Amino acid sequence: MESLKDKVAIVGMGCTPFGEFWDKDPVDLIVDAATEAYEDAGVTSKDIQAAWVGYTSQDTAMTGIILASALQLQFIPVTRVENACGTGAETFRGAALGLASKTYDVVLALGWEKMKDAGFGGIGQAYPGKWHPVYGAAPEVGGAVARYALAATKYFSRYGLSPEEGKRLLAQISVKSHYNGSRNPKAMLRNRITVEQVMNAPIIAWPLGLFDCCGVCDGASAAIMCRTEDAWHFRPNGDFITIKASAIACGPGWGKERMNYEYTTWEETEAAAKQAYAMAGITNPRKELSLAEVHDCFSVAEMIAVESMGICEKGHAKDDIDSGAWEQGGEIPINVSGGLKAFGHPAGASGGREVYEFYKQFQGKAEDSSRQLKDVKMGLAHNQGGHPGNFVCGITIIGEPPSRS
Amino acid sequence: MVGIVSYGAYIPIYRLSREAIGSMWMKSLGKGEKAVANADEDSLTMGVEAVLDCLNGMDRTKVDALYFATDSPPYVEKQSASIIRAAADLREDMLTMDVAHSLRGGSTALKAAFDAVKAGSASTAMVVASDSRVPAPNSDLEASLGDGAAAFMIGDTDVAVNVLGSYHLSSEFIDVWKKPSDTYMQSWEDRFVRDEGYMKVVPQTVMGLFKKLEIDPKEVAKAAFYGPDARTHAAMGKAMGLNPDQIHAPLFDSVGNTGTAQAPMTLVSVLEQAKPGDKILFANYGDGADAFMLQATDNITKIRNKRGIKGHLASKMMLPNYGKYVEIRDLMEWEQGRRPSRRSSLPVIWRERQHLFPLYGQKCKTCNSIQYPKQRICMYCQTKDNFDLIRLSDKTGSVFTFSMDQRAMEVVLPKVFSVVNLDGGGRFYSVMTDRDTTKIEVGMKVEMTFRIQLEGSGLYNYFWRVRPIRC
Repeated sequence: MESLKDKVAIVGMGCTPFGEFWDKDPVDLIVDAATEAYEDAGVTSKDIQAAWVGYTSQDTAMTGIILASALQLQFIPVTRVENACGTGAETFRGAALGLASKTYDVVLALGWEKMKDAGFGGIGQAYPGKWHPVYGAAPEVGGAVARYALAATKYFSRYGLSPEEGKRLLAQISVKSHYNGSRNPKAMLRNRITVEQVMNAPIIAWPLGLFDCCGVCDGASAAIMCRTEDAWHFRPNGDFITIKASAIACGPGWGKERMNYEYTTWEETEAAAKQAYAMAGITNPRKELSLAEVHDCFSVAEMIAVESMGICEKGHAKDDIDSGAWEQGGEIPINVSGGLKAFGHPAGASGGREVYEFYKQFQGKAEDSSRQLKDVKMGLAHNQGGHPGNFVCGITIIGEPPSRS
Repeated sequence: MVGIVSYGAYIPIYRLSREAIGSMWMKSLGKGEKAVANADEDSLTMGVEAVLDCLNGMDRTKVDALYFATDSPPYVEKQSASIIRAAADLREDMLTMDVAHSLRGGSTALKAAFDAVKAGSASTAMVVASDSRVPAPNSDLEASLGDGAAAFMIGDTDVAVNVLGSYHLSSEFIDVWKKPSDTYMQSWEDRFVRDEGYMKVVPQTVMGLFKKLEIDPKEVAKAAFYGPDARTHAAMGKAMGLNPDQIHAPLFDSVGNTGTAQAPMTLVSVLEQAKPGDKILFANYGDGADAFMLQATDNITKIRNKRGIKGHLASKMMLPNYGKYVEIRDLMEWEQGRRPSRRSSLPVIWRERQHLFPLYGQKCKTCNSIQYPKQRICMYCQTKDNFDLIRLSDKTGSVFTFSMDQRAMEVVLPKVFSVVNLDGGGRFYSVMTDRDTTKIEVGMKVEMTFRIQLEGSGLYNYFWRVRPIRC
């Protein structure tokens, strides 16, 4: 088994603002993200030899044709990938494998989602895995919150936090996300909030309230990729990034029914992190990572994901949160972009958006200079789709390119 | 001798006070309350509850006939008894029958069951009567109609209550009726119904029974019979020659008039207190009347391990106001949901019937782990196709974790998702019903209950939920 580390580079990226765009359709989102990426890499659509497009919706589009038709790509291979919220990571993985095998030289990885045409908040029928007419408490809309809330209840109970203490702990995560998002021009939610506001917000699924939940929205992100040895042609200054690891872990999905699943860890995230760290050669993620963009569809998702990836010891998130270790300027900035919580979460676009955050930080081009981190070397982009006990997790680790040989 | 070998009953946990109904319509409806089926309950699910209560301590494999009496069946075409049989995990090779269209269905089914056992066509028969009739808002019936169920196991060994004889009368008298297209029941003037119906038909039938069996009314220890309200009920007893202390009043002020189930539930209540040797009159009304003379045997004291009327009566939660009643009984046009509509699949339900109706899980023969839902390959040790079936519907468990969803597609919000570790092994991911949201906590004990999980594809999709242990 060979590692993907440093074989593939990202030489151009684009990301639309995320939000509720009543005046944009999927074609607009795709064209806007791709155009920014083309211009950034200095390519045109004629240079693209193959593409991977990721989105989760089943009723706004089908197949890879949506990408070809939006971008007028002329009869090249386009693969549609879908792995719930791990979809973005899956587009990078497909593209990277296509390049590493030397089947293609220049490819496009694009993720998009148009969630606000559906007529309701939240996600549609969220039942990854086996759909069942009666078991599993119905293929429930809104079920994602209730399912993550199961983990919050258990985490509080296991680590001796009262519901009040637990909610206050999670509230600090949302306050951080909104603070970060408030300074990010492309973020969906740019208002700052207080712990008290979070605590007093309406309950969506106890113990999670409104501000524990991210906003689903519209958006797209795109990357132009090539093999690392060719990257210097596109960016002679060397301001491109390489893929250090690309990992997917798909759980068998029976966690919630297995007596030995504790609901206080994300098993799939643990497994994907293990794959990714091995591929990237990371032994101490807390020290080696400059930032981590973590799947925080709910506040509790971020907390348990950070623990599951070994960035924080299990059961010790409170120490980190209280000390500000995950804030900008802290020991390991988590979701300095604002995360899914504040930047927004168009499912298929989030994986690429997380890589985009690292890409811009690495280049010293973080929008709003107050957000710019120093000495950015390696970053982690994490997404997981499904629900506790039943996830597919994608992790992409990206970083500065190896020195030119 | 043929008779009752076991009894059981069910009363839904929710109660609505007459005061709450009265304050809605600005009128005085007196004291008391009525039992109201939860949004996920109907006559069928309440029937399952009563059957399971009746089966407690009994051998369910011996039952070879099931009669289900109701005037509020979930389906007009589609038998309910067969679903009750499956949920109660009774054998397949048996007779099932719905008895409908008359308040007298429960006692008529009882007669059929006595006859079947007597004739030897069934060794043990189960009779269940259940009703959840929805009265028109602000109608005279609204304060009185309640929901509930009762069940009896009939056999000829270990009999707890002998049947000394019965008398039946059929009448073309019309009092209350409902056409398939009617939302609510209709009835004729109450004075006509009372004077020509209840007051004549029931006493006439009971007198016929006394005469046939040569029994003096004074020999009756307790009488359980149908009546529309307390006053008429008392007058009917007097007309039969009974003293007030011989009459066991139905649960008008605590459960309400449960229709088909009323007289059977009253009988259960009598049997809970009966002494060996007691002669019990059981009479029921509707399109004529049925009357039975019963006598308790020494076994009556041995089958008191039921929740019955007494247990269920004590376990209750008050609906806070009329609005919650309107909500759970679906008495209004509601806002159109903007969310994707729900669907079901009958082939899936049919394929998995053993896992859905009697809730069979699997126990891996390699690693002994109990698991649900159905797997081909063990979720613990990955051994293929090496399972024993194990029934989980009679398991209790404790809540491992839970959440309360305020926005789910569910009538009673929040929808309580609960992960339950079953006693003896296995984890059941489920919805918690009949719960007080202020009292839910990790570690609380729960039990299984058969409910309407969802309505999808035009069907009632029944499945098991959990509830805090009732009593």
